[in-house]
Formats: sequence, C-alpha cells, structure tokens
Amino acid sequence: MIRCKTSKEIGGMGHSMKRKEDDRFVHGTGNYTDDVKLPGTLYMDIVRSPYAYAKIKNIDSSEALKIPGVLAVITGKDLEQYNLHWMPTLMSDTQMVLPVDTVMYQAQEVAAIIATEKYIARDAREAVKVEYELMKPVVDPFKALDSDAPILRSDKEDKKDNHIWHWEVGQKEETERIFQNAEVTVKEQMHIPRIHVASIETCGCVASYDKVENHLTMYMTTQAPHAIRTVIALVAGHVGLTEEKVRVISPDIGGGFGGKVPVYPGYVIAIAASFLIGKPVKWIEDRSENLQADSFARDYHITAELAGTKDGKILATRMKVLADHGYTDASANPSKFPTGMFSIATGSYDYSNAFMEADAVYTNKPPGGVAYRCSFRVTEAVHAIERMTDRYAHEIGKDPAALRFQNFIKKDQFPYHSPTGWEYDSGDYEAGLKLAMKAVDYDNLRIEQAEKRKKGELMGIGLSTFTEVVGAGPSKDFDILGIKMFDSAEIRVHPTGKAIARFGTKSQGQGHETTYAQIIAEELGIPAKDIQIEEGDTDTAPYGLGTYASRSTPTAGAAAAVAARKLRDKAKKIAAHLLEVSEDDLEWEPGKFSVKGAPEKAKTIQEIVFASYTNHPQGMEAGFEATHYYDPPNLTFPSGAYICVVDIDSDTFEIKVRKFVAIDDAGHIINPMIAQGQVHGGLTQGIAPAMYEELIYDDDGNILNGTLMDYLVPTAVESPSWETGHTVTPSPHHPIGAKGIGESPTVGAPPAIANAIIDALKPYGITHLDIPITPYKIFKALKEKGVLDKHIQEL
Amino acid sequence: MIPSSFDYTAPSSLDEALKLLQDLGDDAKILAGGHSLIPMMKLRFAEPEHLIDLNNVPELSYLKIEGGMLKIGAMTREVETEESIDVANHFPIFADVAKLIADPQVRNFGTLGGNLAHGDAANDQPAVMLALNASVEIAGLNGRRTVGIDDFFYGFYATAVQEDEILTEISIPIPMGLSGNAYHKVERKVGDYATGGVAVHLEFDEQRICTKAGIGLTNVNPTPLRAVRSEAALVGTSLNEEDIASAAQYASEDCNPSSDLRGDVDYKRHIIKAITKKMINKAKQRAFNN
Repeated sequence: MIRCKTSKEIGGMGHSMKRKEDDRFVHGTGNYTDDVKLPGTLYMDIVRSPYAYAKIKNIDSSEALKIPGVLAVITGKDLEQYNLHWMPTLMSDTQMVLPVDTVMYQAQEVAAIIATEKYIARDAREAVKVEYELMKPVVDPFKALDSDAPILRSDKEDKKDNHIWHWEVGQKEETERIFQNAEVTVKEQMHIPRIHVASIETCGCVASYDKVENHLTMYMTTQAPHAIRTVIALVAGHVGLTEEKVRVISPDIGGGFGGKVPVYPGYVIAIAASFLIGKPVKWIEDRSENLQADSFARDYHITAELAGTKDGKILATRMKVLADHGYTDASANPSKFPTGMFSIATGSYDYSNAFMEADAVYTNKPPGGVAYRCSFRVTEAVHAIERMTDRYAHEIGKDPAALRFQNFIKKDQFPYHSPTGWEYDSGDYEAGLKLAMKAVDYDNLRIEQAEKRKKGELMGIGLSTFTEVVGAGPSKDFDILGIKMFDSAEIRVHPTGKAIARFGTKSQGQGHETTYAQIIAEELGIPAKDIQIEEGDTDTAPYGLGTYASRSTPTAGAAAAVAARKLRDKAKKIAAHLLEVSEDDLEWEPGKFSVKGAPEKAKTIQEIVFASYTNHPQGMEAGFEATHYYDPPNLTFPSGAYICVVDIDSDTFEIKVRKFVAIDDAGHIINPMIAQGQVHGGLTQGIAPAMYEELIYDDDGNILNGTLMDYLVPTAVESPSWETGHTVTPSPHHPIGAKGIGESPTVGAPPAIANAIIDALKPYGITHLDIPITPYKIFKALKEKGVLDKHIQEL
Repeated sequence: MIPSSFDYTAPSSLDEALKLLQDLGDDAKILAGGHSLIPMMKLRFAEPEHLIDLNNVPELSYLKIEGGMLKIGAMTREVETEESIDVANHFPIFADVAKLIADPQVRNFGTLGGNLAHGDAANDQPAVMLALNASVEIAGLNGRRTVGIDDFFYGFYATAVQEDEILTEISIPIPMGLSGNAYHKVERKVGDYATGGVAVHLEFDEQRICTKAGIGLTNVNPTPLRAVRSEAALVGTSLNEEDIASAAQYASEDCNPSSDLRGDVDYKRHIIKAITKKMINKAKQRAFNN
C-alpha cells in the first residue's frame, strides 16, 4: 500500500502524476539528435565490411570522390596521421576507430564519407571500392581457445591466444567438497544468447567543431554525457580538444537500454571530420547498421550446477562462464567487475557456499557487451539460478514454489551476507511469492495442469523469484576508467519559489523530469509541477556517470533528496529568523514551517525562498541553492516474484503466454504509474530474449538476421496482458528508501517464461532449452526425444 | 530510408499509366501499396529508375459482384477486403488472411493487386487465390487478357504480368451451394512471412459430399503451390477423419520447403500437415454452419 505524505497539489512521492515530459512527446516536439539542424551541416555515411575477418588490400575512393557533393573519404590511414585510429574501450581494452589493415567483424567501419547531403553520402558508399583478402574467422567462442585458432588480437604485443581475462569468486574447495558429497546435484549447459537493445532511435551525433574558438559541441545519443566528455578529452586532448573545450549535449533519447553507453567509432570519426573540415558533421545510423555493428548484450555460455538434499535444501551452486566479447572487450561494466554483478547468481536463497568463474574470449563478432536493461550481467545470473532452481525442484519431484519457500533468505536475515560477498540490504521474498501465487490461483493451476497432462495437452507454470543488485555504486568498489560511480543533483530555487534542478544522469524514457521533481517536492514541499528538471548538457549539469544499470534513483535520486534536505535545513533557519523563534520551536509539514503549538504562525516554503533573496539573516549566504554528490553506502537489492502460465499448441507448438503476474519490490515507489509503465515495458523486453530475439551468425561470421524482418522484436500483438503488483520493503540505507525498478522486469521475466515452457514439456523428458524458446526449438527437442513420430501419427 | 535516386510519376488513368510504362520500359516499376517494393528499395535490393504510382488511378479500386463473380480492382486495399460484407458473406477466408498480413498500417495501404503481382510465394494472398480458383485480368496497350491463377505465378518474383502490362482485376467465382473456406499461417511474430500457411476452400452438394476443393500453400515452394493431391483426396468424399488425414499428409509430402531461420524442412512439413488438417476442418465447419 502506497501512502503519500504530500498533497496531490505538491505531488511528492507516491502520486501517480502524469509525466511532465510527455507534453512535448505527444505534440511531436521532442528534440532528438537527428532534429539538431546547424547551418552548413555535412553528412557522414560509413562503408562497412561485408566480411568477418579480412585484410584490407586497397581502398579506392576515386569514383566516390567524383560524385558531386562528396567532400572526403576518410580511412584508417588518414586517422593514423593524428593517432586517432584507435580508442580505449570502457574496459581498458582497445578498439579500432577505422582499420588500417584488417577488419575484425562483419559490418565493421572501414571508411567514412563526408558529403553535403545524406543521400549523396549513401550513394558514395557504394562507389568506394575496397579490396579484401579473406581470412578464416573465429566464430565459435569454444574454439577460440583451441591451440590452432588464429590469434585475433595480433595488434597487441605478446598476445599468444584469444583469452581476455579470467575471473572467479567464492569458496572453491568447500563448494567442490559439497558437490562431491551431495545427495542431489543437477547440471545444465546454457547459453544466454547474444541479443541487441534495438532501441527505436538508432545511434548518431552532430559533431560541431568551431575552429576559431577551438571548441567542440557534440550532440549525441549518449546515456552518460559527462563520462563521454572526459573520454573525448582523454582521446583527443593531444590534438587540442581538452576537457574545457568540449561540450557534450545529449538531447531527447529514444531508448537507450545500455546500447547508448559505449563510444562507437562513428562518433569519433564524426568528431575527427568536423575537426579537420571545421563544419558540423551529422551521422545517424540506419537500422541495419545499428543492429549489426553496435554493441550486443549477453552472450554468456554458462555451465550451471546446483547441489542439494533430497528434500529440497540448496547447499551450493557452481557456475562456469565462457563470455564471448567479440573483437574487443567493449563491455560497459564498472572497471573492477569484468563480469559485472554476475556473482549475484546465488539468488534469493540462503546457503553458504558458491563458486563462480568466468573466462572471456575474442571472436570475429562485433564487440560488446552492454548491460541491456540490466545491472551489469544480472540478467545472465538470474537466468542461471532461477532455471537451476526449477531444474532441481523437477529433479527431486518437489513443487518449485515449495522449494523456493524452503530456501528463501528470511525477512529477519537482512542485511544478508551472500557467499559471493554481497550485502543484501533488505527483502521479503516470501511475501512477494505468496502474493503472486494468490494472484494466479497457483494451487488450482497445478490441478488444471495435471488434468491437461492426462489429455496430452501442453500447459506449463513457471516461477522466477529473483534478487537484483543495482545502483552502482559505492566509491570504494565502483568506478569507470577510474571515475567513481557517484551521481549528482543541483537544485536552484528562484525567488518566486519555482525551481530548476540538474543532474548527472540522463533519461532515455524513464521519466526523470517527473520523478526527480517528485523527490524534491517530497522533501521541500515545492509542487513538482513547479520544478524544472534538466539533464544531458555537460556545460550546465553537475558531473555524473549517467543513466544505466537502474542507477538513477539509487544515486541521483538520493542526491536530489539530500540536496533538498540541505535546503530544508536552510529554510528552517530562515523561518526561525522570520518568525523570530528558535529553530527548535519549529515543525515541518510538507510546504511550510510552523511554530509548535501555534500553527497560525507559519511560513510557506515559497515565502522562505523569497526571503532568502530579499531578507536573509545576517551572516547567512543569500540565495537558495544546493548541490550534492551522492556516494551510496551500498547497492540496493530490488526483488520480484513472477509467475508465468503458458499453453503450447500440441500440433504447431505455438506458445501462448496465458497469464503473467509480476510482483515487484522496489522499496518506496516514487510514481506508481511510471513504475508500472516501466514494468510493462521491461516485461515485454523480457519475453523478447525468452521467445524471440537472438543475433545469429553463420560459420563465416555473417549475421543471418541483421534487419528487423528477421531479428524478431516482439510487438503489442505478442505481449500478453501483464498483471502487476508490488510489495514494499524500503532500502534501509537509501535516503528515500527506494531501490530502482527499471530493470527488474527484464531481468526477472525470461526465466519465468523459460521455466513455464520447460514445465509444459517436462513429461517428455525435457529438462532444459536455451532461450529464445521457439515453436521450432520445441519441435526439434520433442523430435530428439523420439516423442514426435508417435505424435505425428496421431495427427 | 535512403534509396537510390529515382523519378516519380503519378498518372491519373490506367491508359496514361500503360503509356508511361511502354515509354520507360524495364527501368520503370509500378507502385501500388508499396509495402513490398519500398522496403526493397530501402535496402537497395530494388533500384528502379522510375516509379509509376497507381494511387491516383481511381478506376482500379472497387469491390463488386457481377455475373456470379466477386470482382476486386487491383488497387483495392487489403483492409477493404477485410471489412466488406459482400466478401465476408461468401469468403470468410479474406478476414482470416487479412488479419495475418502484417499490421493494420500495412493493410490500410497494401493492395490485393500488389500482393499478387509481386510474385512472392511468401505472400499470403497467392495461396488464397489458388484455393478460391481466381482469375486475373491484365491490361496492356493492346487490350486486356485474363489469366487463370494456375498460369499466373511463373517463378521467384515473376508472374504472367509482362513488363508493359498492369494487373487490373481479380475475379473469384461465387459458390452456389454449401461452401466454406479458411486460412491460417504459422509465423514467428506478427509481420513475419509465413513459416508455412494453408488456404482451403470447399464446396459441397446437398448430401454434403465435397464437390470442389481448393488448397493453396504459402511459402513452402519457390512459387505459390496448389496441393493437387490433397484436393483430389477430398473431392467426392464426405470428409471423414481419414480423408482429411490423407489430404494433410499429401500436402506435407508435396510441398517443397527450404530450410531457413524459420525452421528446417521436417518442421515445415509438420506445420503444413497440422495446418492443412485444421483448415479443412474449419472450412467444413463454416460450410455446414451457414
């Protein structure tokens, strides 16, 4: 139950206030990167490699340069003169901006065309003739470590294999011992497929370099504008683009989902072109380029094991990961966490031992991977543990819900120290699962299922009771390229009591312009509608690491609350001055201070703010502004209990999600309507990898589904009617008790769906299927089990 | 969308369009609803130098019943066939198929003529036209000719419509007695081409013996495929379970699917068998319930 402390007029936390930003979106007046139109703009298009691995023998631009309107064709050799042909990745690996001699994946940038019109640039793309000498690519990550595999990163001195790094955590020997002695062990090899965020807006930029002022303004589709400014200065400082000469503006963004965190070569080439030519250069990817070349997500091959007793007590888990990073490790993880937060894979369950290890390899595929609507590999972790929990329940013949109740970390065990080193802040897992089971009428579903099984009908029920780890993060552990992962808020209240607040984060559809205003309204009593929120301009906003990994509310949202509290403290001093009483005699209710026992003696926040500019106490700083850089003491641990019911057509194996109930616990909720919208969108992005999406490559490294005709993004038609609800277990360390909601559904939904489908197929001896689970995959699995021939005869 | 450059003309009569087509030759392409052509131009798989847009030619857009035939102008939108009462009375299959052609935006603009003239075995309407035994009118500067649907589809993107001709009308015989028809396809998601699709049209005499059967298959052959043996297995029978099972079996044996991301050959044959059975039952049920 959500209780509001503020009136609807103030619109603090808990009010389902309509999104302030939607006015401009529904009127079609949003301002996206492609809407930026500067005088004299030139257009860039990119020649891409048709091959996954090849030597470049020659690039012939002569025909392209003859096309009227084509100004330049830029190659790696051109950039090499300025030492701009390489750039660092966020994981301190290196990545080509443009190749000098070798292409490493299909759709890699090979050359860039600068022209006066985008149509001319595209025509010229076809006129650039590139001669390649093909090499046999490494596509299968398991073969990447073979002794006879070609060494892909021969650009790195001393590199003798395709191994990138090894990582491990947990109790190796003790876990080994438990597995040797356990009554029951279960094991599955699973692949969390390579997928793409496929946001509606592709990536792009307008790089505008002013030669006279030696100043670059970079409009770009980025979730982390401040970090990008620093990276630009680090990469291009040597040619004069030092950090004070760079302004990054991230306008409206049409979906980010982690795909707009990395720096892509196109951005850098556009900057180089503008720098050399002295005119604005616009680059906007098309859909195929976005799908084929920009960072993928996931692509973890996991050997997952679980050990337990015959009656259902989990004793230990063991996970071994092979991570396919493609041509370079261009993940967007905190620097000290090469596998992100994968070690949350012990899940919502109470046991003392776990061991996890991962090895990363290079292959001839596009580099990545980004955290697609997920806090750094939590999706992979949750899929592994939730799949294995069901697998274990099936193995011992126990109901998967009962098994979860038996193993849950109990409400009074928080803060809970997990075997892999996390301190879970709070949770009430039993309450969530009970609520979800009641919503689906779980016991009756199991009865219905038993009856249907007798008739040969395929019905399945799947559970996912997951714990997330979000809000990176505390500075002692979390940084990106050395920059600590705090975030910031700056609040300025104008003399008339209206405010503007700026943040280091950047909304891509999350609704920050509304929710941040509600947090400030909650703390200061200034109506949320009177508070303007700005993000995304590095010249005006305070420094922050941006929006991804569900970190905005845990970090910048906390910063807003703390900054507002600083202002409330100041307001109290001013109120005491105006009312001529001591501060101790004042009490606060949202929007005003009044004298205890004399409520008619009061000053509203607006009167107090006005006084701060017109009549502030002697010795006090004038004005009403505060800034806070919030360094979280811990991460937050949202959780959820999801139940999915599927019916599978026994002739065509078409899968219908009949019912899906999602009970989330995100702590205190700022705006229930926005939170629900987040859950709906996230769940739809959860059925995506569970049933539809996967980037598929052939043995030569060619992508087989590089357009939205074959890369199957689910639509409203495929989406079931989502049923949502919540429990509220506040985060004890977060100033407003919030935990973050944006990513829970994407993380929690896939195993619920996979578990449901596999539950339906359980009578036929199927214990695991990799996602995406499609009708075709079910057909193949049943055929393999030999049950299909019989079935076909019955048709 | 950044296609190769092209010229564009929107004539206001069929004659004008035919004249243009003759003058411009191979380099010109007819634009109807554009929902196949324009995506191909976007990817530069198609690079016509000239587009002749038929959207300003009102004489090609109509639905009428004339001489025992349902006549549909080539520029009639999919949505109009979906919503027409005349069509629904005799051919519920149009509502089945229209609902499975991409999404409402596409159906509001895509045309029946374009769907057929594109000559793609993955499109849904060709199978339906095979089942309904349609004929197609084609106009050239020298006059009009009519081609039976079995002689219409030549090969991959190739039909009986010659370079200087325009498809103008589709005619479908209206059944006299008991009849029913139905279409279904399995698709990976909305808007996808069929993994496999089956159109069935059945006519019966008063003793409920099947007198005519039309069965068309989608996307399991290089050209839209008539399931000849399946049809023969039904005609003259009362469509008992065994008759239906053999028809379904024949359809799965006689189709020639290719393996792709949608599935391998075995899977597609399995799908065709399952849908054929379902659609025969559905068409039969519709015939007897009306």
